[in-house]
Amino acid sequence: MTRLSGGLIDRSAPLNFTFNGKSYQGFAGDTLASALFANGVRLVGRSFKYHRPRGIVSAGSEEPNGLVTLGHGARQTPNTRATMVPLFEGLEARSQNHIGPLGFDMMAVNDLAAPLLSAGFYYKTFMWPKAFWEKLYEPAIRRAAGLGALSGQPDPDEYDRGYLHPDVLIIGAGAAGLIAALLAGRAGVDVVLADEDARMGGRLLAEGGVLNDTPAPDWVAGVLAELASLPNVRLMPRTTVFGVYDHGIFGAVEQGADPLIGPRETLWRITAKQAILASGATERHIPFANNDRPGILLSGAMRAYANRWAVTPQGAATDRIAIFTNNDDGHRTALALRALGQPVFAVIDTRNDARSLGDYTTHEGAVVSDTMGRKGLRAIEVTQGDRSTWYECGVLGVSGGWNPNVHLASHHRGRPHWDENRLCFLSEDAPQGLHIAGAAAGQGSTEAALKSGLSAARAALKTLGVKVPRMTLPQANSEPDQISAFWHVPSRSRAWVDLQNDVTVKDLKLAHQENMAPVEHLKRWTTLGMATDQGKTANVTALAVMAELTGKTIPETGTTIFRPPYTPVSLGVLGGGDTGVHFRPRRLTPTHHWADARGAVFVEAGAWMRAQYYPTPGETHWRETVDREAAAVRAGVGICDVTTLGKIDVQGADAGAFLDRIYANMMGTLKPGKVRYGLMLREDGQLYDDGTCACLAEGHYVVTTTTANAGLVLQRMEFASQCLWPELDVSLISTTDAWAQIAIAGPKSRELLARFVDDFDLSNDAFPFMGCAALTICKGLRARLFRISFSGELAYELAVPARYGHAVMARLMEEGADLGVTPYGTEALGVLRIEKGHATANEITGQTTAAMLGLGRMVSAKKDSIGAVMSRREGLVDETRRLVGFVPVDADDPVVAGAHLFAPDAPQDLAHDQGWITSACYSPHVGSMIGLGYIESGADRTGEEVIAANPLEGQHIRMKITSAHFVDPEGERLRD
Amino acid sequence: MLIPHPLLGPRDAQEFTYLGDASLLSRPDPDAPDAVDAFCDYVFLRDNPAGVHKELWYHEQGDRSWLVVIRNTVTHEVLGAELATDVMRAKGAT
Repeated sequence: MTRLSGGLIDRSAPLNFTFNGKSYQGFAGDTLASALFANGVRLVGRSFKYHRPRGIVSAGSEEPNGLVTLGHGARQTPNTRATMVPLFEGLEARSQNHIGPLGFDMMAVNDLAAPLLSAGFYYKTFMWPKAFWEKLYEPAIRRAAGLGALSGQPDPDEYDRGYLHPDVLIIGAGAAGLIAALLAGRAGVDVVLADEDARMGGRLLAEGGVLNDTPAPDWVAGVLAELASLPNVRLMPRTTVFGVYDHGIFGAVEQGADPLIGPRETLWRITAKQAILASGATERHIPFANNDRPGILLSGAMRAYANRWAVTPQGAATDRIAIFTNNDDGHRTALALRALGQPVFAVIDTRNDARSLGDYTTHEGAVVSDTMGRKGLRAIEVTQGDRSTWYECGVLGVSGGWNPNVHLASHHRGRPHWDENRLCFLSEDAPQGLHIAGAAAGQGSTEAALKSGLSAARAALKTLGVKVPRMTLPQANSEPDQISAFWHVPSRSRAWVDLQNDVTVKDLKLAHQENMAPVEHLKRWTTLGMATDQGKTANVTALAVMAELTGKTIPETGTTIFRPPYTPVSLGVLGGGDTGVHFRPRRLTPTHHWADARGAVFVEAGAWMRAQYYPTPGETHWRETVDREAAAVRAGVGICDVTTLGKIDVQGADAGAFLDRIYANMMGTLKPGKVRYGLMLREDGQLYDDGTCACLAEGHYVVTTTTANAGLVLQRMEFASQCLWPELDVSLISTTDAWAQIAIAGPKSRELLARFVDDFDLSNDAFPFMGCAALTICKGLRARLFRISFSGELAYELAVPARYGHAVMARLMEEGADLGVTPYGTEALGVLRIEKGHATANEITGQTTAAMLGLGRMVSAKKDSIGAVMSRREGLVDETRRLVGFVPVDADDPVVAGAHLFAPDAPQDLAHDQGWITSACYSPHVGSMIGLGYIESGADRTGEEVIAANPLEGQHIRMKITSAHFVDPEGERLRD
Repeated sequence: MLIPHPLLGPRDAQEFTYLGDASLLSRPDPDAPDAVDAFCDYVFLRDNPAGVHKELWYHEQGDRSWLVVIRNTVTHEVLGAELATDVMRAKGAT
């Protein structure tokens, strides 16, 4: 056990957890990482490629090694950074990427094969034979080199999403972020303060300094208390701002506060007028031989573990501690640990003029040149000049300087620039409205961070035009950091640059030799900076090493462009709970529940759920049901909900003229009380949509569209009205959802309807085919009646306000019982329209013309309309394919939509293709399957035999060409 | 992105449908002798500049306005937005 006294943990709240099945105890306030250290667990995983034993190296989101799998079963979560998991009771963690126990990984043999696994290894090794890639190489590599595994089960957790619109978003709640939030909060603007840590305070919690004689954690608590008391400030701990998007939009993920209650994660879309990036800095290490052993950590992380969590990474309390550094900050760790009574025996400082800041030995101008200890550090070799000495050592802290976390500032392609004095990249062209403060701006000392946080907040408030309150800053540490450039300790052994991806200095050298020196090539050749940490502790060091190898400066070598997300984001939270039936909204027809109660089978039509057919007891096959429904319509009367067809209400003095430009055929001449079939073209002259247009009164029309195009036709009509002909007086609104529309079809439809209408003459003379009227039914219910037919039978469509749809449907069934009224679904609807030869989306595909439907003469040459000019172009006028009907020569043969048509003796290839079958169904009326389709010169080929080829199924079926109108070709029934 | 709707203020781009090049506002004269050629250009040819671009956005999840938005396609900076109707009426007036 290596728990110290003090720290910010609650010793009165012990928490039990397991790691690799073994039980341990930590305290509230611990992270999984600190709790593991407290229990002397240093070996937590195996490295990606070589399966080297690895321990935790950081205390934050940059952690490259300490990736564990949390939970089990469906809740199993791989690749979780142990440094970012607040400990909770019952937490269950397992190590990853090993076969057999963690202490004896069978794949560790890879470490011996290291010479084979160098940079570019994938590209060089697995080139051929090609067929081996998918079947052999990839699965094997994925198993050997990898991270944790998913459960493979549906995610049982809940996710949420939310939207925030603060005046100021502050990213990071360290010294700079807190003071900025305080100023903005006191100024009265809306503030969101987000921090990825469960506890706000940033490095102030880790440093153990004082502000105005108040210990830093107490000062933090005071500021947070004031912020919490301000109604205009929202504190969001456990919230990572992962991306910056256009116009001040930020993406953030908030982890649930409790693993058992509430959403597991929430995706926030934050639109902020101003933002302050106070995301701190990440320490970098210095590569040296065998620098990847458990017990070797970033020096600043060791300070954080000691001060905040009261733990050290020692295996045993007697383990000796050393620090390897090129700057003053490393000495600060030595001081802090000495103050806590820890056995720090040496600071190895690369600088010749280094001096001790306390009571420990300093080796000036020295480096750590090698280490020993397979599963945990046991000894280090210190080289000073040409003299090397081995020292017993259990813990080594490494400090190579700090990299400001400028990631978010470069999400808009802003390139960080190299600061030669501070030896780090700083942001130069942050997105508009984003102010950078604190260590993220290279202002690392507490005093400098407070100052820059304050000035960033001032700038933000000034831009907002808000009066800036006066504020005095607390006294705080202002020691500037002295640092000298030192990037790696040359060695013949492997020195790790990127711990997560097992990229060593040797790999960089090899990449350089192989001319993969440009940063973007380097990354792909070596896998440097990939995976979950995206090179947070590796990229800048790699760049510096590459600069050294090429003899160039760092700015000449390149820079790192960061892309979202800052840290990994789960796919679950991006879905935000939109899974299963919630994946997209479902639209239900007004008669949905009525149909559902009758046992209807539903089909998706866009977002709509439509009744597909209504099985009755005894029916064993859908075809049986559909045949019955279709036959009932032809013989008696059927009813069908057709609400989903788009309805657009068109009104205005110029409505008729407007519709003349929307439809290819004349529509403005339509008289009140009349309906006309219309064709809409695309501007390129192809067919777009069809439907009816009813004139209810002078200057008042109702346009119907196909279900699929309801929204798009409205969009086009709005475009025509606003963008093409704004001088026309016309107003549009969709009434699709306002009216329930029910088709009443069949020879007995008039008889049924007569029982509903109030004083309305339904006789053929008074209300003929293609008539329409506003009327009342059921003694006063407002309704619209259209005498139109999709089935080819005498038929009506009755529209009532949507909320009455269910009741009217039920009433039609009751009142029509003696007439044998039959509800029918979309399947029978399809059969009836194919038998009649009516077109739908199968025929109007966007590649077909009015002429192909046999309706070429509907495209008026007397007026302009959308698509009129282009419909007359070459190629479209020459089109000879026409819609016809097909019946199989052998009545038992199937007809398959999509089959292509060939002359009986012609080769079945593209050059001899004559057309295709668009729609097919079994026709109870004909007694066999039938089809519609386009075929060359179709108008003149009735009776001819062709082959319908469906090579996918090996079908070549003889078809006879017929009229497209299998039922009542003269159209007498619907006019009866 | 945020679109500065002339009537409704800044609105999230997710509420809009994008159509592209605002040259679609200039529908050719259907009665001109070269109408087919002019329409061919109108229908099939679009400018796609890297830089400032006038484009059409439809406020589908809002008031169904068609807007002409001036946007820098490189930086996504929005330099202005007008109702397409106003743009057309102004054109007609000149």
